Amino acid sequence: MDRVKVKGAIDKHQVLLYALSTCGWCKMTKAYLRDSDIAYEYIDVDKITPDERETIHQDIKKRGSRLAFPTIIIDDKTIITGFKKDEIKKALGL
Amino acid sequence: MTSLENIKRRAENNAKKHGYFLNPDPDFLQNLIVGLKENEDRYGFASCPCRLGSGNFEWDRDIICPCDYRDPDVEEFGQCFCALYVSKDVVEGKRPMQPIPERRPQEKVDRAIGKAPEKTVKSEAVSETSDTNRKLFYCKVCGYVTFREEPPHKCPICQAKQEMFGEIVLGTDIQVR
Ligand code: SF4
Repeated sequence: MDRVKVKGAIDKHQVLLYALSTCGWCKMTKAYLRDSDIAYEYIDVDKITPDERETIHQDIKKRGSRLAFPTIIIDDKTIITGFKKDEIKKALGL
Repeated sequence: MTSLENIKRRAENNAKKHGYFLNPDPDFLQNLIVGLKENEDRYGFASCPCRLGSGNFEWDRDIICPCDYRDPDVEEFGQCFCALYVSKDVVEGKRPMQPIPERRPQEKVDRAIGKAPEKTVKSEAVSETSDTNRKLFYCKVCGYVTFREEPPHKCPICQAKQEMFGEIVLGTDIQVR
């Protein structure tokens, strides 16, 4: 399952975004991260195989959250569902 | 293939009919229209751009736009999950647009997930289960009947106001109040 890497000057944190290619809030999240110059990786979950989707589903469940988009995982520990700018900023120490 | 203009017009007409508005941010709105078209092109029906569809009509029926969750979400949060449809308060800037919780029941999300669409899924009766508190309402002006949590802001058929709706209570005897 390929993650798309987006370069950014702020790369202290590992930022993984589960998104849908069609979703408005996901596009806002991508634009926000890009405009803030934050390095991140994303997967458009509507574009991958059913088995890969299931893997992501289990990953999100395991972290005690629900599959909804966008989901952002920061440093493999903080999970944020939805484009909640304040929570993202806080987790990134901005 | 439907055009973007068609999808937008469809949404505009639907909003007008139900007393809602479309997302006031032109870029946000355009993104959603493009997302709806993408789903219509790849699945054959315009399922919700902000939810993972399976491509199987039976499993995605509740999230075909406008989804089953739009009315209660606009009622409670002033917008649908994607923020395609919003209330007057939001358009007037009295209420912010923001991410809202997912109302779609987890079983439906789970069912649509891992597996590829099976063409043989038996058509289920459209039975509405306990996951909603929907009730029947009728328009006292034109007789339109709808099944939802609250009566609509206005009647999509004759444009009568919300106050003109009555609830239909089904018991052993059918009563109307
Ligand atoms: S959440 Fe909004 S855009 Fe998505 S299907 Fe429902 S009404 Fe349509």
